[in-house]
Amino acid sequence: MKSIGLASVAAASLAVAFSGSAKAEDLTLCWASWDPANALVELSKDFEAESGHSMSFEFVPWPNFADRMLNELNSGGKLCDLMIGDSQWIGGSAENGHYVKLNDFFDAEGIKMDDFIDATVTGYSEWPKNTPNYWALPAFGDVVGWTYRKDWFERPELQAEFKEKYGRDLGVPATFAELKDITEFFQEREIDGNTVYGASIYTERGSEGITMGAMDVLYSFGFKYENPEKAYDMEGFVNGPGAVAGLEYYKELYECCTPPGSSNGYMSEGIDAFKSGQVALQMNFAFTWPGFESDANVGNGKTGYFVNPAGPDGEQFAQLGGQGISVVSYSDKQDAALEYIKWFAQPDVQAKWWEMGGFSCLKAVTLAPDFPQSQPYAQTFLDSMAIVKDFWAEPSYATLLQDTQKRFHDYVVAGNGTAQEALDGLVRDWTETFEDDGKL
Amino acid sequence: MTDETTSRSPAVAPAGFARKYRGLSDRAVAWLFIGPSIFLLLAINIFPLIWTIRLSLTNYRANRTNADVDWVGLRNYERILTDPDIWNSMQATAHFLIWTLVLQVLIGFGLAYLINKKFKGNDLWTTIIVLPMMLSPAVVGNFWTFLYQPQIGLFNYVVAFLSGVDPSSFSMIGDVNLAPWAIVIVDTWMWTPFVMLICLAGLRSIPDSIYEAAECDRASRWRQFWTITVPMTLPFLMLAVLFRGIENFKMFDLVVQLTGGGPGSITELTSINLKREAFEKWRTGYASAYAVILFVTVFGLASIYVKALNKVKER
Repeated sequence: MKSIGLASVAAASLAVAFSGSAKAEDLTLCWASWDPANALVELSKDFEAESGHSMSFEFVPWPNFADRMLNELNSGGKLCDLMIGDSQWIGGSAENGHYVKLNDFFDAEGIKMDDFIDATVTGYSEWPKNTPNYWALPAFGDVVGWTYRKDWFERPELQAEFKEKYGRDLGVPATFAELKDITEFFQEREIDGNTVYGASIYTERGSEGITMGAMDVLYSFGFKYENPEKAYDMEGFVNGPGAVAGLEYYKELYECCTPPGSSNGYMSEGIDAFKSGQVALQMNFAFTWPGFESDANVGNGKTGYFVNPAGPDGEQFAQLGGQGISVVSYSDKQDAALEYIKWFAQPDVQAKWWEMGGFSCLKAVTLAPDFPQSQPYAQTFLDSMAIVKDFWAEPSYATLLQDTQKRFHDYVVAGNGTAQEALDGLVRDWTETFEDDGKL
Repeated sequence: MTDETTSRSPAVAPAGFARKYRGLSDRAVAWLFIGPSIFLLLAINIFPLIWTIRLSLTNYRANRTNADVDWVGLRNYERILTDPDIWNSMQATAHFLIWTLVLQVLIGFGLAYLINKKFKGNDLWTTIIVLPMMLSPAVVGNFWTFLYQPQIGLFNYVVAFLSGVDPSSFSMIGDVNLAPWAIVIVDTWMWTPFVMLICLAGLRSIPDSIYEAAECDRASRWRQFWTITVPMTLPFLMLAVLFRGIENFKMFDLVVQLTGGGPGSITELTSINLKREAFEKWRTGYASAYAVILFVTVFGLASIYVKALNKVKER
């Protein structure tokens, strides 16, 4: 009996010794507070069951997300073991040592970046851009696209009136010019006894709203961040004639075709406007789309989705959203955090992530034959992800972003100056920032 | 009695304590009492101020702890004082400050004068009037955005009812001409009761005998108001202006909730602008210089004002 007892103790000791690397940890994952985060909480229960680790979550509403989390990273805080940080943070977080570099881990675990949508790897993982230096695993693909009231578009009387007025069918716009026609058509129209408006677009001043919205349009009008041949050479690219026309278009769209009081709206205001039947079209990130499908007012086939239309010269781009998941370098639980990333990268987990409303970036999921039919918005998501561009991801992105917010809001919403002056001013602001950074 | 006092002494001061501090001079005891306060003051006020001044002379960025920090002398100050955006922000602050003070003093004093009269329900009305100042500024900002909503907002409907204009034809927080007034209205709504309470204290501190003497001298109500009520409540009014002036110079939460500093930058008060520089753009050295300039401005203006207040009190 005594020997059995000794053997049991020895076996237990060995078991503990061998499981040293798999010590149960309580991991904290930090992200924005939104629907996909709730889906991730559910998904992560599988990880808890498989690994023995427990998961805690720190979610912050979008308007305060960057402030709160960048403060946490800059102060070397240990709150977050895993961070699903915004795509623009990658430069600063890599250069300032906030994130753990994942190249060796990916190699050791056989995780290949080629398995993920190319744009998401560049947007969420790489720093410097277009180099094989990875600081995150693409976690949530997102892009700005459009939703429209399919049930209104299908009404025969509206179709007839539109055709008579514009000489074409009322349908998904192929160009921004067509989009404006549609928004004008719906502006202040009586539908089912309610006054409705053309479109909800981003105009928020405080964080990043108007920049995301205006850039979504400007790219297709010819705006470029810099000379493709010479880094940080912005004159004529940021403020070229195409960019000016794009910003003028955005202001016209704001003035002609948005609901009254739309001077400070971003994602949640767009969702509210669309769900309440206030607008015919809505600009918003793809993450909002699953919510429309399940909504009592606009679900059940009443909502359609389309890719950002083309600009006057046929160029067609869309603003990238989305995030990668990184291990915070100040965490004491990096091994367990890496375990989570390894688990999250598995194809079956990614497939479940998509089913639950998470926008997977894994090609095995998005390029599966049945993917376009899996959700009404799946094809639009795929098409949009193929044409994305993103804002600066430089370490100074926050300064560059705030300057853009000010210039765009001053012109579009406050009506100060001209589009040319706004973009010329933006070139001056950005030049000053890059000079301060020693890059010019 | 003497015996009783003597016998109680050891119980009041422990023997060890008494032995240890016996023979301390008055000055030493005074230092013993104020020492902790001075230490805290130095640690949480003076040291950060000196550190801020030091940072203001560098290009330090708090989000780049690995980067070299260079000494830039007075360059940050020069950039701030020649930056038109900063001056626009100062103008927005001045507009907000002046108009909120004027309106709050006039309305607050008026309400205090009325509430000071004896009438039925006096206490109930006082409670109702002071309710807004008990709310959180963030909550007030949030629900006023709904009141200002052009399509469903009560404010627009009231204006429409009184003027006949279409309620959705104007946006209080989306129009560059109306937004500066929108924030003035909300702050006035919220903080006038505070000014009223201070004025009420002033009005109630005036002895009835002075008014009775004036009645005997056949002074008119108007003359009593200007020669008794106003001069005797003036120190209280000036105190209210000082409190509200300092508060509104650093106004942040209410305006951020209401307008976010927009449209454009028309309601971007200096505190909002400073927060953006410090914690969104992370230009820590630049923001430190900005903070020093604002500190000197507030400190200078407040010092002049306090001197004036003391003179009024002496009269």
